[in-house]
Amino acid sequence: MGLLNLLFGLKSFTHGIHPPYHKDTADKPIRRLPFPAELVLPLDQHIGKPAIPTVRKGQEVVRGELIAKADGNFSVPIHAPATGRVRDIELMPTPKGPKSNAIVLDVYEGSTQEVLWGQPREMSDLTQQEIIQEIQNSGMVGLGGAAFPSHIKFMIPEGKQVDTLIINGCECEPYLTCDHRIMLEYPKQLLRGIRYAMRASGTSQAIIGIEDNKMDAVEVLRSHLSKGSPVRVEAVETKYPQGSEKMLIKSLLDREVPAGGLPADVGVVVNNVGTLASLGKLLPEGQGLIERVITVAGPGVVKPGNYMVPLGTPISHILQQAGYEGSRTEFILGGPMMGPAVSAMDTPITKGTSGLLVLNEPSIEEESHRIWPCIRCARCVYACPMHLNPSILGQMAAKRKYEEMAQEYHLNDCFECGCCSYVCPSNIPLVQYFRIAKAINREQAV
Amino acid sequence: MSKKPTIELRTSPHAHAGDDVVRIMRNVIYALLPICAFTIWEFGLSALALLFVVTVTCLLSERLFNRLNDSASSLSDWSATITGLLLALTLPPGFPLWMGAVAGFIAIALGKALFGGLGMNAMNPALIGRAFVQAAFPVAITTWTPAFFEGRFSQFIPTTLTPPFLQSPTIGEWVATVNIDAFSGATPLALQKFEGVQTDIMDMLLGTTAGSAGETSALLILICGLYLAARNMLDWRIPVMVMLGAALTAGIFFLIDPVRYPDPLFVLCSGGLMLGAWFMASDMVGSPVTPLGIIIYGLMIGIITVIIRLFGGLSEGVMYAILLGNAATPLIDQITQPRVFGQQRASK
Repeated sequence: MGLLNLLFGLKSFTHGIHPPYHKDTADKPIRRLPFPAELVLPLDQHIGKPAIPTVRKGQEVVRGELIAKADGNFSVPIHAPATGRVRDIELMPTPKGPKSNAIVLDVYEGSTQEVLWGQPREMSDLTQQEIIQEIQNSGMVGLGGAAFPSHIKFMIPEGKQVDTLIINGCECEPYLTCDHRIMLEYPKQLLRGIRYAMRASGTSQAIIGIEDNKMDAVEVLRSHLSKGSPVRVEAVETKYPQGSEKMLIKSLLDREVPAGGLPADVGVVVNNVGTLASLGKLLPEGQGLIERVITVAGPGVVKPGNYMVPLGTPISHILQQAGYEGSRTEFILGGPMMGPAVSAMDTPITKGTSGLLVLNEPSIEEESHRIWPCIRCARCVYACPMHLNPSILGQMAAKRKYEEMAQEYHLNDCFECGCCSYVCPSNIPLVQYFRIAKAINREQAV
Repeated sequence: MSKKPTIELRTSPHAHAGDDVVRIMRNVIYALLPICAFTIWEFGLSALALLFVVTVTCLLSERLFNRLNDSASSLSDWSATITGLLLALTLPPGFPLWMGAVAGFIAIALGKALFGGLGMNAMNPALIGRAFVQAAFPVAITTWTPAFFEGRFSQFIPTTLTPPFLQSPTIGEWVATVNIDAFSGATPLALQKFEGVQTDIMDMLLGTTAGSAGETSALLILICGLYLAARNMLDWRIPVMVMLGAALTAGIFFLIDPVRYPDPLFVLCSGGLMLGAWFMASDMVGSPVTPLGIIIYGLMIGIITVIIRLFGGLSEGVMYAILLGNAATPLIDQITQPRVFGQQRASK
């Protein structure tokens, strides 16, 4: 922990970076947009097995209705985000890169934004197992960006004990403010979701970790908690990547998730505030996940803000509504540090998309992007939150010593936060090197 | 959405801290300029000519090797300029210009281009150049001139204009004509080591002593170094550790025998220690990247410097200490790999 943090008692981890945060949309309340004319719902928008469609081409569906079921345990279902007709099930662009099978819906004009489908239930009657089953039925995944099926997180592997539920309200990526708005606008829903999550995971305490640039959210949540509540709110240092699971656990509990391990190995389950706020709303209603809050921001956006959009909304529709300008533009899904740039305007918002950024940046060919040789300045070494040595890893990647990188220099502990590339004065695309190295290692392992 | 935009595709992260190599190098040059200016004020035309000749030789050599390698010009990264300025600053002000040119060529050729250019060099190129001329021209490189001599802006030091491939003339007589005070022709370090004469600390801080062109004012070098550290353009731990290592080692010997050995403050302010610590040991390319490695490296340079000074045949040891430190860097890096988050401390 840094000296300043020790002095001021602010919780944090070591290393990391302080990029400009650009949280300009923090005061913009969540608004709805008109429905788009079509929705694109990739079957593999979560981690795990793709969902199996339960609808046919040409079939009419109602907003909230199940349209694809989970394929086994490590999978989640998909629900119709709007009333309309299934146009086709075909290959469509996705934020992940390659095209994949998606259900394409033609949305009926004038379709209501009320949810018409659902089976309300009394939550207090449910057992731990039933809650977990309901979470899977809702199609919930981690809304922070990973899109990892939520119910899997609550199924604690045998032999492991968890004692703490951590709720991740850090939102450490620049620009993004959707989690911030959710904490401000839906505190009751969020706390309800936290209660369900505690029951599902069998934890006795819960800590909401929020970066200290969102003290208003800390205040609001604290005001909703009674004395003696097992839930508490903690402010942590505003520093990227504070919102990474491993970093947040280290900051709040001073526990280190072992290399290659899971939070459950140190007795913790981590969930994003957006995920739990959604669960708090959906579970009692017996509804599925059909919409989410995204932040639309960046210097190229005319009307930046936080928008509740149906899943599957193509980014072209959002940009039409919010407006954008600039002739040479980068469109990013998620935050600028880890979000992928998209190449097609019909790429949809999926469950894991937390934002849409429009950056007007100088072209790649320009001098500011020139790649210089590594001058061993060690800035990356001091930035890496995993305490890796990106300098040496980068030099080894250039020599294609990919296996050695994994065996001797812990390549696989890199979670691609981008701190090393961010600070590199030589503009070396270190993270990209590491992604390639990992991909090649994976291929060769098969 | 009137007209279609050009969509840029790039991999994350899409943000950057904004610093680049060129900016770092430029800042090092900014930090060196006051030292160069002071040197010129102190030693006059000869210092100016030496700085010019050495730097230009370095730049020409860099370009030559670019050509030989069929690679784009690397002059714009400013690193060759830094090598030239630093090298000139480590040479005696009256160093023959042709020898300076040799040093500049060797610095770039053997110190840098041979290894593959910027970032690949194992050792500090400027010091490689200096080590070469120290071995090749042992007399010229220990011929010192008094600072602030009269007429320094109207005449060269006689040795400066030595014709190529000739040894420089002796300058004892010339020194007598330009200097009112008796000048022994020795640096504070040599005076202390060989004659047991202690130079006033104030003189060394302000630079009113004999010495290499750029190493006479310890105070000015310290200020310029701090500027770079404050702008995060050098790792302050390295110079601090070098000075700490030197001061501690010197302190131990000073406590044992205060008459025979110099006090730590003298050690810090004399010779090339300041310039070496702030501008050469801290050279990013030749120093370790691990947090612990940097501490070991800095201390090692400080300790070796003092040991050479006290027990070696030379009066100054900074150059060899830094070169040894550079040479040890890959090893230091390897044995001081930081503990990776989530890994057990005792692995295997």
